Amino acid sequence: MAELTVNGKRVQFEAEADTPLLWVLREQLSLTGTKYGCGVAQCGACTVHIDGAPVRSCVMPASALTAAQKITTIEGLAPNASHPLQKAWDALDVPQCGFCQSGMLMAAAALLKAKPKPTDADIDAAMTNICRCGTYNRVRAAIHLAAGQVQRKQIPIVIEGGQA
Amino acid sequence: MSAVLSRRDFLHATSAAAGGLMVGFHVPGLAQGTTTPELNAWVQILPDESVVIRIARSEMGQGTLTGLAQLVAEELECDWAKVKTEYPTPGQNLARNRAWGSMSTGGSRGIRDSHDYVRKGGALARALLIQAAANQWGASVVECTTAAGWVLHAGKKLSYGQLAAEAAKLAAPADIQLKPAKDWKLAGRPMKRLDTKPKLDGSLVYGMDLQLPGMLNAAIKDCPVFGGKLKSFDATEIEKRPGVKKVVRVSDSAVAVVADTWWRAKTALDALPVVWDEGPNVAQNSADTAAILKDGLDADGAAVGSSSGDAKAALAAAARKVEAVYSYPHQNHACMEVMNATARWTPERCEVWTPTQNGEAALAAAAESSGLPPSACEVYKLHLGGGFGRRGAVHDWVRQAVAIAKELPGTPVKLIWTREEDMLHGRFHPVTQCKLTAGLDAAGKLTGLHMRISGQSIIAGIFPQNIKDGKDPAVFQGLSAGGAEGALGYAVPNLLVDHAMRNPTVPPGFWRGVNLNQNAVYLECFIDEVAAAAKRDPLELRRELLANSPKHLAVLNAAAAKAGWGKPRPKGRYLGLAQIMGFGSYVAACAEVSVSKKGELKIHRIVAATDPGHAVNPQQIAAQVEGSFVYGLSAALFGEITIKDGRVEQQNFNTYPVMKMEHMPAVETIVMPSGGFWGGVGEPTIAVAAPAVLNAIFAATGKRIRDLPLSKHSLV
Repeated sequence: MAELTVNGKRVQFEAEADTPLLWVLREQLSLTGTKYGCGVAQCGACTVHIDGAPVRSCVMPASALTAAQKITTIEGLAPNASHPLQKAWDALDVPQCGFCQSGMLMAAAALLKAKPKPTDADIDAAMTNICRCGTYNRVRAAIHLAAGQVQRKQIPIVIEGGQA
Repeated sequence: MSAVLSRRDFLHATSAAAGGLMVGFHVPGLAQGTTTPELNAWVQILPDESVVIRIARSEMGQGTLTGLAQLVAEELECDWAKVKTEYPTPGQNLARNRAWGSMSTGGSRGIRDSHDYVRKGGALARALLIQAAANQWGASVVECTTAAGWVLHAGKKLSYGQLAAEAAKLAAPADIQLKPAKDWKLAGRPMKRLDTKPKLDGSLVYGMDLQLPGMLNAAIKDCPVFGGKLKSFDATEIEKRPGVKKVVRVSDSAVAVVADTWWRAKTALDALPVVWDEGPNVAQNSADTAAILKDGLDADGAAVGSSSGDAKAALAAAARKVEAVYSYPHQNHACMEVMNATARWTPERCEVWTPTQNGEAALAAAAESSGLPPSACEVYKLHLGGGFGRRGAVHDWVRQAVAIAKELPGTPVKLIWTREEDMLHGRFHPVTQCKLTAGLDAAGKLTGLHMRISGQSIIAGIFPQNIKDGKDPAVFQGLSAGGAEGALGYAVPNLLVDHAMRNPTVPPGFWRGVNLNQNAVYLECFIDEVAAAAKRDPLELRRELLANSPKHLAVLNAAAAKAGWGKPRPKGRYLGLAQIMGFGSYVAACAEVSVSKKGELKIHRIVAATDPGHAVNPQQIAAQVEGSFVYGLSAALFGEITIKDGRVEQQNFNTYPVMKMEHMPAVETIVMPSGGFWGGVGEPTIAVAAPAVLNAIFAATGKRIRDLPLSKHSLV
């Protein structure tokens, strides 16, 4: 029986030593907000925090971790989705299909912790998660919004003409 | 929220967690507990004033769920804050003689093919509520009005919730007048999506996340060579591994391991000794396909898509000819959520839970694979982690899941593909080449154009019964002589567009944007080539050729003007244009790029204009336009599926790279609905992404990139 600390709770589970943290979270602990996208640390859909740092859980064996380390998943990011990033994501209607967004939010939360006022270059460097629907510009805008750096309205849309 | 749920809890928990989006096992008209009967197939009003709007099309990120709800609510005149949505099941649609029409969600048709009947659903429901109120008051229906969920008359009012039970007993009027778009209050406005909140805290249950009591998990490997078969496997040691329940042959080409957890199933499958019969295609590779397609560029015998005047004579008589050959490679959809389905089979019934773009097609696949009639099957649509066409026409993963579940009667089995399986066994964007020949007169005026497309037909691969006289009309998307779907805007005096069908063994599929993608690259890059040969400004030449196509011209002008075409720009910045009509809408893009001395491309900004006729939600249209550049430019910059030894070479995102944040240009969207028609918005803009950037690269470097992806080429 192995033991980890996930979202502030001690949890016990059984799994083979090679089992990635991702699959322990999803299958043994029923925390399915963390997604499988590639299994080779390319897409970032599985991003969680370990002691505040972003980690791609699909290539992190659960057996390499101890209960002294604090694991945070999307379910534990903030109570009632109250993290400034979750609010900014909501305000700008960021998600499309939404499948990559848990990982996006976790990567962005770690970025803001390290750099509360990130530049575009900081965002490019930290946000290497893949989104196939194409939410990148809204993700960027929402990170700036959560960091208090810009006005709310920043997705440039012009509506011309009527619809008679 | 725990992902382990009983059937009944699932409905309750998802509707609560989803904050309005109810995607569960609720069966319309058969809801458990006390509720109000539906007013019609589209609308049910609950005693607590909740308005349940049923959505037949699938939501996969494109926003259709919100847009369709807006259209129903517009006519219903309910309180938007009280709207909830739910999916009727394909089984219910079958049992009710297709009360919800088509469930197919592709071809940018979600709204444009159902706006009429969903609005009527809202309007007829409103008429019943008014009638119920009028009956109660002894008033005439024409004296009653409605607003935000109330029926009003002479200072009195009754809520929809108070009226719903009585209204449901009344007979609906035979027909009803719909509001003209100019009177819309809710439709046409940039309403926020209804399904955002559960995507922010991990609570939304995608297909992959489903857990049912007693459920097992399966991993699968299909023969990596197209057309190959499973010869044998040795399960002796594998079945002894912890958690492994069964190793099963699936159809004649695949093997699956079923275990208590997916990770155990996957690792056991990796360790399973498998012998494949690689079949007759094992020697094939992409170079062979390219040679076969090249042969088609000049072959006799081609199906004619568009023809006017005498293109061949005009080319023979031309003072000058411009000729170029382009090509577009296979692409994988690479949905973020890999293919998956959960199935439970008994000799009497088969149930499937899956993300699908077409619930009815999934039901048909389940019925075929289960050996049961469709009426003994049911499909529960779960939220899609991307679709892009992969989850619509072909439900190979559903067939597999049912075949596996059939080996374990009564036990739900969740099949999840690995990313590698998803990359190898896609239904790929077709491969084509195109030879374009233009004739110019002595003054440099375009006198004739021949576009010879050679290559793969999606229809021949998926719906071969629809090929008539060797012709696949879908190949000519965006190049039609006229019509409401995708008319070629350019007036070319002598035009011939034809297609020599050449089908490699790689299975083709409908990939977001479909054939418009490559046709727009071919046409719009080549028009730039003609402009350069004639020493004309690319915008001016397009304006001249579009003089009789005002809607094409309007989006082109809008994009060019906002991007600052012809105006001073920062040093080293260059613009490129493209326009096309597809999926019933007119789109144009103007890209601004720079290329460094080292040949590094930077796409700074793209201005995009769209005329979809009616714009139901400009905010969601903008999101689709932004996303279209990611999908289109991922393919243009990086995307290529290649074949070696009969199998796909790319395995994962490290060998099939896609666009990331650092590559993303700023996108400025112009939504310009001119009214009078209904066009789609999910796909058309993808087609102008690549040619706008390629034309800007030409402006910057003088280099014409004619085969994709760009990453194969040096820009120095």
